[in-house]
Amino acid sequence: MATFKDFRNNVKPNWCPGCGDFSVQAAIQRAAANVGIEPHELAVISGIGCSGRISGYINSYGFHGIHGRALPIAQGLKMANRNLNVIASGGDGDGFAIGMGHTVHGLRRNLDLTYIIMDNQIYGLTKGQTSPRSEAGFVTKSTPEGAIEPAVKPLELALTTGATFVAQSFSTDIKELTAIIEAGIKHEGFAFINVFSPCVTYNKVNTYEWFKENLTKLSDIEGYDPSNREQAMKTVMEHDGWLTGIIYQDTETPSYQKKVDRYAEDALSASDLALGEDKFNALVKEFM
Amino acid sequence: MLHQLSWKVGGQQGEGIESTGEIFSMAMNRLGYFLYGYRHFSSRIKGGHTNNKITVRATEVRAITDDLNILVAFDQETIDVNYKELAANGIILADAKFNPVSPEDCQAPLFAVPFTEIATDLGTSLMKNMVAIGATASLLNLEDEVFQSVVDEIFGRKGEVVVQKNMEAIAQGHAVMNELLGDRVGEWELVQADGKHRMFMIGNDAVALGALAAGVRFMAAYPITPASEIMEYLIDKLPEVGGAVIQTEDEIAAATMAIGANYGGVRSFTASAGPGLSLMMEAIGLSGMTEQPLVIVDTQRGGPSTGLPTKQEQSDLMAMLYGTHGEIPKVVIAPSTAEEAFYDTIQAFNIAEELQLPVIILTDLQLALGKQTVEPFDYSKVEIRRGNLVDNVEAPEVDKAYFKRYAVTEDGVSPRVIPGVEHGIHHVTGVEHDETGKPSEAPSNRAAQMEKRFRKLDAINFKEPIYARTEHEDADVLVVGFNSTRGAIDEALERLNDQGMKVNHAQVRLIHPFPVEEMQVLMDKAKKVVVVENNYTGQLANIMKMNVGGHNKITTINKYDGTPFLPGEIETKVKELLK
Repeated sequence: MATFKDFRNNVKPNWCPGCGDFSVQAAIQRAAANVGIEPHELAVISGIGCSGRISGYINSYGFHGIHGRALPIAQGLKMANRNLNVIASGGDGDGFAIGMGHTVHGLRRNLDLTYIIMDNQIYGLTKGQTSPRSEAGFVTKSTPEGAIEPAVKPLELALTTGATFVAQSFSTDIKELTAIIEAGIKHEGFAFINVFSPCVTYNKVNTYEWFKENLTKLSDIEGYDPSNREQAMKTVMEHDGWLTGIIYQDTETPSYQKKVDRYAEDALSASDLALGEDKFNALVKEFM
Repeated sequence: MLHQLSWKVGGQQGEGIESTGEIFSMAMNRLGYFLYGYRHFSSRIKGGHTNNKITVRATEVRAITDDLNILVAFDQETIDVNYKELAANGIILADAKFNPVSPEDCQAPLFAVPFTEIATDLGTSLMKNMVAIGATASLLNLEDEVFQSVVDEIFGRKGEVVVQKNMEAIAQGHAVMNELLGDRVGEWELVQADGKHRMFMIGNDAVALGALAAGVRFMAAYPITPASEIMEYLIDKLPEVGGAVIQTEDEIAAATMAIGANYGGVRSFTASAGPGLSLMMEAIGLSGMTEQPLVIVDTQRGGPSTGLPTKQEQSDLMAMLYGTHGEIPKVVIAPSTAEEAFYDTIQAFNIAEELQLPVIILTDLQLALGKQTVEPFDYSKVEIRRGNLVDNVEAPEVDKAYFKRYAVTEDGVSPRVIPGVEHGIHHVTGVEHDETGKPSEAPSNRAAQMEKRFRKLDAINFKEPIYARTEHEDADVLVVGFNSTRGAIDEALERLNDQGMKVNHAQVRLIHPFPVEEMQVLMDKAKKVVVVENNYTGQLANIMKMNVGGHNKITTINKYDGTPFLPGEIETKVKELLK
């Protein structure tokens, strides 16, 4: 059986030293090994930005696509091969700005894949502009007087969009993050995982220390029941979203693929392309 | 007896004009006639003038006629808008209900027939179109029974009573018209057809069936006129073979989802029109750069922007050839008929996998939605070629060495392996990359990968890149077109040749890479070259000038008013040019 080391490749990441993305990468590798899959059974599909490079740093199939489109590529891949483990990942710009439409529709479509957002609340690769996750008042190159738009609230967004798995974590807490990703992979449906992954170069507000001071672990809240959507929403609002843990999980709603009419039970990629003469001629006859 | 009949039914959108044309056409098709349809409609659900014009002939037909023999009108607007098309033997059958008035300069006789009244007496005014079909049967001297199988098929599930009522509506329409016509009954009778069974379909049906036969098992698409019928057909049929269609949130998702599924090893595609294609441009570049097969259908309609969404135009050509930033190898195929659309769609999927690049199937609204008669497709001609697709990979010598998915090869095509295959792990990225897919900006690697990608086009395997009718070695003129203009050009050619002119015809079927040598030979045989196209700027003519010599010979006939070319328009313009 593969260990997390088997999911390492020989590529050195080009992230800045101290970047939160290193831990996200490690957590994905550990979670994949814990789930018991082999490297060739995993595909990591990523967007564009610092975080988008992650698909090149894991020893698995990897697809580094275009900005904001990791989710549709991942969904197409999953439709092609339902036996494959598909992880989509990207930054907060990828998922909440240019790709917001795909995030919302991915959540409500509920295809069986895991979506990990590496949320640093800033645009890093373009050298420090505001993100839809930057808090109002946040000063960046593109908001010299402070951001005047409110930040997107990922958890509330997911909870109101039909999500069946909503979680949030912090890159430093690699144990919790690994467990959450593992649960996300095992979840039969769309697993939405927002991960605070601090940018040490451009975000001097939401630092490691800031998160340590401001985050509350759901495991510390007595009697919290992640199957209760109403309680989830209330708790998220009470903490203004600064929570970590599995916020909500609905294990009853079947995944998209389970609902598709007569969808192949084996990987679609394994199906015979030829229609056969009888079937073909019957289709031709329908036009006569 | 008539050699050819042109029949048109018109009225307000949403009152069954489409189905009236459909029932009449299907019956004629089953008698063995060849048909070619043209729909005039607007971008709204109910209201607004709509009409359905159908050419019927005992021999092959692929063009809309210049004139009209029978006009069936459900409102005054239909008469006012269309009466000028009527030929010397033209006739108007109008619903008596709206008290039809013949325009002052209208030569054709107008018969007010109680379509609605008869239908209402039989139970519902909805059957007024069946009464009109019965009246048409009187003109053509058709037995009512020829409509039986079609009526059974359309109304069968509503029960025997409904079927009987509809047949009764036809019978009464027939009887009333017989009385009104007197000794002119059967004056519009057509020469008998061969009774052979043929397909009757729109271009979108042909593309959709072609995709299914080519092995497509997944489609991602966003609804748009005039492409939606392709996804609707596959929504109906793909579940029968375990496949699926996802109606996406937008065309960007459609194209990228299709890329993802192709990456996963499933033949997948999307279909749209101009506005959708504009949104897909970045994805097309991704397909080119990452060498993932991708087929996209562009059913051209009037542009730019929302343009003329329900009208004919051929103005996406340049955008399809050059759209997306940077440079990628790409193939653009442009079938002219429903039959070509079927076989070319299969070719498109083969080429997309063999050369691992985006292939665009370019059609136009008239081809996409105009219903036409087609010889039954031949399964033995359906060939599936998947190119260098590897499903068994040996373990690498060095641990964790990536598979060389982008190996620089002689023909530029690298081995392709899909996720899930052991030892096949590699990286895919839209960033310039090395042979294993890892990002690389090294100048030598960049050059090698660029050259490799473009080299693939040399190996393109496309049958009949040009449809040519070139009987003259020293032609006065070579008429060139693409997509649905083929029938109108052919008919103009026949008329001009009958008048003693020497006219050849070339319809370009593979637009990119352009069939340079084939076209040069045809051009060299003609004194002049006329490019017929439904656009303002002469896009195909410009593409020809980029590829072949003899530019001073090239002139264009352009039409950009939203309507397809008629044979007479081409005939007249070519004659003027030859003066």
